[in-house]
This record gives sequence, C-alpha cells and structure tokens, in this order.
Amino acid sequence: MAVGAEAIFGESLITTKLDSAISWARESSMWPYIFGTACCAIEFMSVASSKYDISRFGAEVVRFSPRQADLLIIAGTISYKQAPILKKIYDQMSEPKWVISAGACACSGGFYDNYTTMQGIDSIIPVDVYVAGCPPRPEAFLDALLEIQKIQATQSLLEDRAKRVFKGVLDA
Amino acid sequence: MPKAFKTLFQEHYSIDSYGAYILPKELILQALQILLEKDNYTFLVDMTAVDYLNQKNHPERFAIVYLLRDHNFQNLITLKTYIDSSLATQSITSLFKSANWAEREIWDQYGIHFKNHPNLKRILNHKEFVGHPLRKDYPITQGQLCHKSDDLMDEMTPRLKTKGYSSQEELMFLNLGPAHPASHGTIRTFVALDGENITCAVSEIGYLHRGFEKSCENHTYNQIIPYTDRLNYCSAIMNNIGFAHAVEGILGVDLPERAKFIRVIIGELSRIIDHLVCLAAILVDMGALTNYWYLYNPREKVYDLLSKLTGARLTNSYMRIGGMSHDLYDGFEDDLKACLKEIEQGVGEALKLIEHNRIFHDRTQNVGIITKEDAINRGLSGPNLRASGVPYDLRVTAPYYHYETFEFDIALGSVGDVYDRMMVRFEEIRQSTRIIHQAMQRLPGGAICVENHAISLPPKKEVYGNIEGLMNQFKLIYEGVKVPPMEYYRAIEGANGELGFFIISDGSGTPYKVKVRPPCFYAMAAYPRLIEGSMIADAVLTLGSLNIIAGELDR
Repeated sequence: MAVGAEAIFGESLITTKLDSAISWARESSMWPYIFGTACCAIEFMSVASSKYDISRFGAEVVRFSPRQADLLIIAGTISYKQAPILKKIYDQMSEPKWVISAGACACSGGFYDNYTTMQGIDSIIPVDVYVAGCPPRPEAFLDALLEIQKIQATQSLLEDRAKRVFKGVLDA
Repeated sequence: MPKAFKTLFQEHYSIDSYGAYILPKELILQALQILLEKDNYTFLVDMTAVDYLNQKNHPERFAIVYLLRDHNFQNLITLKTYIDSSLATQSITSLFKSANWAEREIWDQYGIHFKNHPNLKRILNHKEFVGHPLRKDYPITQGQLCHKSDDLMDEMTPRLKTKGYSSQEELMFLNLGPAHPASHGTIRTFVALDGENITCAVSEIGYLHRGFEKSCENHTYNQIIPYTDRLNYCSAIMNNIGFAHAVEGILGVDLPERAKFIRVIIGELSRIIDHLVCLAAILVDMGALTNYWYLYNPREKVYDLLSKLTGARLTNSYMRIGGMSHDLYDGFEDDLKACLKEIEQGVGEALKLIEHNRIFHDRTQNVGIITKEDAINRGLSGPNLRASGVPYDLRVTAPYYHYETFEFDIALGSVGDVYDRMMVRFEEIRQSTRIIHQAMQRLPGGAICVENHAISLPPKKEVYGNIEGLMNQFKLIYEGVKVPPMEYYRAIEGANGELGFFIISDGSGTPYKVKVRPPCFYAMAAYPRLIEGSMIADAVLTLGSLNIIAGELDR
C-alpha cells in the first residue's frame, strides 16, 4: 500500500515551474567537498558521524574530487601557502556551486592575525554562507547547510552563474 | 653524565646561568659527535634558533640551541652556540637525521645557513616568501601572497638519482595531497611511481603554518593557552597542560594536589580521545567504516563531558598558568564513568572486528617498518617510538604529577610497523583508563590553583571587595603573569609523543620566545623514507598510523 505523497496524489498531474522542481530536487542532494585543513575539520567529522548525521539533510555523499561536488565547505585556516590550492579547487568545481566558509579562520583569519594566515577567504573565492565559531559546533554546520538550501531555492536555472563577477587577489 | 664530552671540551665550553653549555660554533659538530658516540646522547630532542636583537648581554645577535637526551632518556643536555654575522654554521644532519627538517625550519624562520645540509630550503613558509619571519625585526602582520605551489622537482630529481633513475620517462608522478582525503589535514607527499610502487617520495609541509611561535611573542602567557589548543586539536587540553607545565617550571611553583590529579584525569582522557580519532581515521582509510562509528561515538560522549566542564567541545582552553580555570562540576564522576564505559565498549567492539581479521593483518603487518635505531635517530617519540620497541615514556622516565605512583604499563611494539603503532594506541587507551580510575579514587579536595595572586586570578569576591584583589586582577589581565628571565625546556608525554616547550622569558608578562617541540614534526620527516618501496595504499595507512596532526606539525 502506498504511503506518503504518492498515496495522496495518486496518479494526478502536478504542475510547477521547472526552477522550483529542480531546486526542490537539488536542495536535499548536495554533494559536499570538504576542504578541511584544521580543527574545524575535526568538528566536521562529528557532523558526518551518527549523532549529528548530515545525511538527514541529504548531504552525506562527501566527495573528494572537486569535479563531483557542488558544495565547497572550507573548514579550517587558509594560509597564504594554501590559498592557490583552494582557488584551484574552487575553479575545478563545475557550476552550479556554493561555498560555506566555516569557522573564524576561514571567515576572517580568526585570532591568527599574523604573517601566515589569509585574513578571510572571500578575498580569493566568493562565499555564500559564513559560519562563526572556533570551531563552530556541529549544529552551526547544519544551520549553514540549511541556509545554502534557502539560497538555492531563490536561484533560477536561467541565470548564467558562470558570468558572476568576482575578482579575488589571486585572479590575474 | 656526559663524561667524554666534559673531559674533551672543558677548555672550550662555558656554562651559562641556565645550565646550557656554550660552545664556539666550529666545535658543535665535533661535540655532538662525541656526545652521540661516546656518551650515548642518541636522541636529538629539538633544535632552534634565538634572535637576541632586543636583549643585551649576548655576544652575537643569533644563537642556536640543541637539546639532547641520552639513551636512557634520563638526562637532558642543552648546547648553545652563537652565530656571528656570517650567519652560517655546520649542519649536523650527518649525525642526526632528525636535524634535516629542524635545520630547514631555522633557515626558513631565522635565515641561518647550514653548510653541508642536503637540501636547505624553506619548509613552513611558501616559496615566494621574502625575509625570515621569526626575526624580531619582521613585522608580525606582514603577510605575503603566494601565487604558485612548489613543484618539488628540486628534491625529487636528486632523490631519483640516488635510486638509479637517470630519466623520468618510465615513472609516473603523483601528488598525494595537500587536498586529498587520506592526507589527514593538509600534508603533501609527492611520489614517483613505478606501477603502484612508490620508488621515491618527498613531503612538503607548512600548509597549516599559522605563526604560533610569532603570535606567542605578542601575547601574555595566559593568552597563549587558546593558541596551544590549536596545536594538536585532537587533544587540546594536553597542549594546555604542556605549556602551563613549562611556564610553571620557570616560575618554580608546585601545583596544589587537586590540580595535579585533575590534570592527570583530563590529560589521560585527552590522550584517549586523541587515540580514538587516530584509530577511527586509519580504519576508515582501510575501508573499515564500521569501526569508525564504534570509535567515534565514545569520542562524541567525551565531547559532551568536556563541554559541560569547559564550555567547549574541541578547543577547551581549560588550563591556566598555575592551575585551571575552574573546578570539576557536580556529577562529574558519574559522567566520567559513563564515558569510560562507552570507550571500553567501543574499543572492544572495534577490536573484535579487526583483532583476528586476516585482511586487517595483511594490510598492516610488516608495512611501513621503522627500526629502533632509525626511529631514535629520526627523533620519533610517543606511541610511534614505543611501537618500535623503545620504552620511552616521559610519564615513566621523568615522572610529573605523581605518575610514578600510578600503576600502568608501557605498551610496546616489537616490529615498528603500522600494526604495532595501532595496537600500541589501543593498549594505551586501556592503560589511560586504568590511570583515570586510580586518579579518581585518590582525587583530594582543596584548591585548584596556586595561592599566589601574582600568578592566578584572585576570587571574584576579593576583586569586587577590596583594592588589593582588584589590583591583582587588573595587573594579571593587562600585564600577564610575570615570569623571571630564563631559558627553559620542559616536556610532557603528549598523546603523540614528547610535547615540549622551549621558552625564553625576559621578566615581563610576555615570553621572548616560545618554541614547541611538536612530536609530529619528526614523525612526518621520517615518513617519505618509510613509504619508499611500498605501495600507494600502504602509504595511506603509514601516514594514518603516525597520527600526523597538521596543527601541531606546521604550528
């Protein structure tokens, strides 16, 4: 016996905008790439494990190839030495893609106000959601994921995302 | 005692007020050779440079400090040499392989050249970096953009030559990291492959260099505690303890009994969760995902306990100079017992799955072997060294916090392969549990901080109630704990090995220099040699078994 949506709608037709249908599908099937460099990455391990369980939000298929991912989560400090690598990975991801900057270091350099650390990764790549905390609690990671889902819902397929203007310090 | 060294060099050295032997730089190599070969000082603990630009009473601006332990790990000797304006000295890599990366770090951070070093180049900072950041005249916030990564061929080509490859055509080159799932953070290993076999490997670190040591130089002692959390972030409190322990050594204070026992309990708990995350991660790398859940869930339980105790899950900042921020909470003991029970259960379940598992044995036994002698010469410590069969544990060789009165065993391996390194960690979890049970039984009441308000904050009642308390609070917060001038090294047994801090204080509330002895750094330096000749899949496990934590490695 059918339960859930199919029980209610049966064989009826549903009309909607293509944008809405695609956003609805995308929302719960994010494929994150974890650019974990430091302490925040250890907290991400908690996000992925049983207690917080990121798969409840459909984002448990963690990819380590930028070609297969559509959500870049930067979890940890980005040093000047790391910056060109982060940029390369962002550039290798295909559109549509979203970026979460998790933790104080990635957002602003955190308390590493010194010669080693980028004072915020938004000077290299565009960021969609910032997460505060040093490191952020797992709940904050999940909250950021929900924020990304909200952003997705407002974006249209017809918009050519690749044409967005962003010029970072490493762009020639 | 270093008899041969003393008789041969007594006319050449002088001893400074902190107990270091000062030698002319021409004699350092010779002296270290005598110490190594005649006096059995086989373990180079650490070496670092000092920039005395702002301190008077020194003949030259730069000095290099060598710290060595003897073969029983009982005695520590400090050698120091001043470097004249030529800014160059002899490399000691011919005696200690561990000096290779240590000297590169000194060159990178201070710009001191080492003659006869096999490959003196930057290690923590990037290739395009200009200047030497730990010099006192380098502005702390002056960052420099990096546009392109190093291709590492300058290291790879000579390495290939030593292996008899003249052309690179038959080999394939591959980067494992810095952004790679098995690189555990941001470590890069560049390998030359013949099929699936690694013929040559070169590692590059520094991707998480966060300027810990420079930041220490403009923060007060207690402000440094949060920075130490982020060295080995898998066992943050252990680093707090290590740093506080070193500063307390300079101050010459003895902690109240209760504080010592709390440090033992929380320290051992940190060791356990560090090992848990190491084992969980390596088992995932091996494809054994189930074990990950078994081992990670108890860690999650400990997080709950730690957030109740300190307010933070991961970066706890629980310790302070002279004690800790606050006492245990009501009901702590029950929570701790529940944690230990869950840990025991998790470890038991995980072991059940792998202990007699053929695949596990085949993947780990006789893989990534490092022999006793090589491990010592390369400066490995902690579980990695014990897995090679060397019973070096600072809790036993130089006990602190009454460790000599606890009953526990040192877990030892015999082969020094991945299997031993993992099993030593499993056993250490058990032993730490034993220590915690004993410490809980013996936990006395009383103060948790030293009763000296020039060191630890006065109770709030006094701060609000009388002027002296207010003054103490104000001075401690604004100026920091005043630490008398000293050059001092003290270490504890961290989760990963000997975690030491070499601190130069100048009487103010801010250290003049802090150098960490990160156990990972030396393990990582040994790593490329461990994986040469093995397969890529083995390299992944070898890295996991050494438990490299980037925060501690790159500082």
